[in-house]
Amino acid sequence: MLEQIAFALVFIAGVSLFALRIKAIRRNILLGRDDDRSDNSSARWKTMALVALGQSKMVVRPVAGIMHILIYLGFVIINIEVLEIIIDGVTGHHRIFAGIGGLYDFLIGSFEILALGVLVSCVVFLARRNMLRIKRFHSAEMTKWPKSDANIILIVEILLMFAFLSMNACDALLQGALVQAQAEGAEISEKLSHYAQAGSFPISQFLNPLYEGLSVSGLIMMERFMWWFHIVGILGFLVYVPYSKHFHIFLAFPNTYYSNLNPKGGFNNMEAVTKEVQLMMDPSADPYAAPDPNAAPPAKFGAKDANDLTWKQLMDSYSCTECGRCTSQCPANQTGKLLSPRKIMMDTRDRIEEIGKNMDKNKGTFQDDGKTLLGDYISEEELWACTSCNACVEACPVNIDPLGIIVDLRRYLIMEESKSPESITAMFNNIENNGAPWAFPASDRGKWTEEMNEA
Amino acid sequence: MSQAIHVPTMAEMLAKGETPEVLFWVGCSGSFDDRAKKITKAIAKILTHAGVKFAVLGAEESCTGDPAKRAGNEFLYQMQAMQNIMVLNGYEIKNIVTGCPHCFNIMKNEYPELGGNYEVQHHTQFINQLIKDGRLQVKDGEIFKGKRITFHDPCYLGRGNDVYEAPRSVLQQLDAELVEMRRCKKQGLCCGAGGAQMFKEAEPGNKEVNIERTEEALEVKPNVIATGCPFCNTMMTDGVKNFEKEGSVEVKDIAELIAEAADLL
Repeated sequence: MLEQIAFALVFIAGVSLFALRIKAIRRNILLGRDDDRSDNSSARWKTMALVALGQSKMVVRPVAGIMHILIYLGFVIINIEVLEIIIDGVTGHHRIFAGIGGLYDFLIGSFEILALGVLVSCVVFLARRNMLRIKRFHSAEMTKWPKSDANIILIVEILLMFAFLSMNACDALLQGALVQAQAEGAEISEKLSHYAQAGSFPISQFLNPLYEGLSVSGLIMMERFMWWFHIVGILGFLVYVPYSKHFHIFLAFPNTYYSNLNPKGGFNNMEAVTKEVQLMMDPSADPYAAPDPNAAPPAKFGAKDANDLTWKQLMDSYSCTECGRCTSQCPANQTGKLLSPRKIMMDTRDRIEEIGKNMDKNKGTFQDDGKTLLGDYISEEELWACTSCNACVEACPVNIDPLGIIVDLRRYLIMEESKSPESITAMFNNIENNGAPWAFPASDRGKWTEEMNEA
Repeated sequence: MSQAIHVPTMAEMLAKGETPEVLFWVGCSGSFDDRAKKITKAIAKILTHAGVKFAVLGAEESCTGDPAKRAGNEFLYQMQAMQNIMVLNGYEIKNIVTGCPHCFNIMKNEYPELGGNYEVQHHTQFINQLIKDGRLQVKDGEIFKGKRITFHDPCYLGRGNDVYEAPRSVLQQLDAELVEMRRCKKQGLCCGAGGAQMFKEAEPGNKEVNIERTEEALEVKPNVIATGCPFCNTMMTDGVKNFEKEGSVEVKDIAELIAEAADLL
């Protein structure tokens, strides 16, 4: 009974901490500007099924892609086992689903095989990340917390899978001990009687030598320890994940659902600008008309801080797992420029987190801290290195769009601060004066037609 | 070519009470840059040869606003867009062929919301259609026999609009070997000119993007690097010169290759 109460308390604590954190992230995401993505739900479900559930963009790199799918399948399917563990924990049963017979054996057997897959993949990923010098895992933004975050997750997953398999190994040994005791007609303790024959253990049997030396009571203690370690570990993981880059396991789904469904080359037209340009070009507009006193104050053009971005751009930032595929495909980054699309996403998330914490400290309203995303996190040099080629957008396994953020920050620089490299200003002037980015008169546009018949 | 070609403007056509099948949107590079003008002429020759009734805007054409928009100047872009839309709608234009993927992208994806609704095609798509419809025959494709051609995907045609097959299908008309670079189609590497980079110095780094891309192109030992964008053409031409390969590797637009093979130049 005491064990059940302890379990219930741990469980409630874990889930509550998780829920609180989700609430905070949701609030932060909703600090972003509006962006209507409610259209075309059938195409959206399809994108989500393909990209998030089907991981279609992960397998572009087959080795990492297939191992990632192994971990993902393991994570999703082994959760059926976690359901049993939770019910057992609350009710005091042991292996409550065992009653389903042969199917149970099959399930436990499959979980074990998946657990091995997860374990092997995590070991390979850990080695790959730390021993092979894969460039995208060692760039400037991948030091300190982002680096340890990745390693912590992999190590915890390895420990969890080891505990899960050890729990099964001890269980199987105890099942054997129970059968033996029954055959010998020996007295059977109440605790041992729990370990009735259930499940099949294709993988954990190889761990038996580790635990065979233990007495029955030692085995029971070890089985209980591994059981607790596994479930407390999972609940701890649940609380940890939304503070970590690992949050993509949840956000990948809504984030791909709300993907940009239009051709990637098309950028949005800013409505506020359209209104002003229409007014400028309308010959009947009164240039001296007083502004409508009821009109909303004009919004900033472009984005200076994280909360000037849209909610979808902020969701993108929380969905980023810092894999760096975007950065490794970025032409600017490959040629040694400062720009890294991954850093754009990490900076956006770090800044909106900071804004959120600021609000929490100040009773829900943001107090100016003298910092902004543009300038304090992302520099002009990074922004001006972008060729807008969409390689980062294409590379992202969860359809994050770093380019949209880069463009919105450029818009602020140009339209609010008139800050641009000199040659870009010259290009603007040429377009304004000649209708071409170079200083050629419009009257020369047709010159080539006169040269058509020259040899 | 025997007969002199006259490329009419929309104003001329309107004066004669005629309407074109398509408007050929030339673009700034194709109008003013000496190298790009050759591409423009090749497209015009192909259209003429295939019997397409087309016109240009001439002095009435103005920058689509693409470099301004990508650089963040939404005001300038929308001013350009609305002026162009007024001209285009004034002539009741329905179909547009562009000589540049940037013009193609912006008119296809960004003009509609501002009131400009047209059927926009990139010239490689239009040429592909002409061939499929039997309106254009590429009879001398064998002048490319034994040659290796590699196609550099322009970002705003490829990733930007998922057009990968039309340019390749046109190139297949030539009796050449089409070889793909390590990074092609969805994974294609930018030439370095997009996003208004064409109009500025690159940020500090250890290499120019066009050098990186040209290296990759040269790896497949091509005789011709085929392009579909005047800016990519400039960048790749510069890259080839940088490696002093201009004697053995040509950088040509697909339209030029087709015009050559159809004996139009």
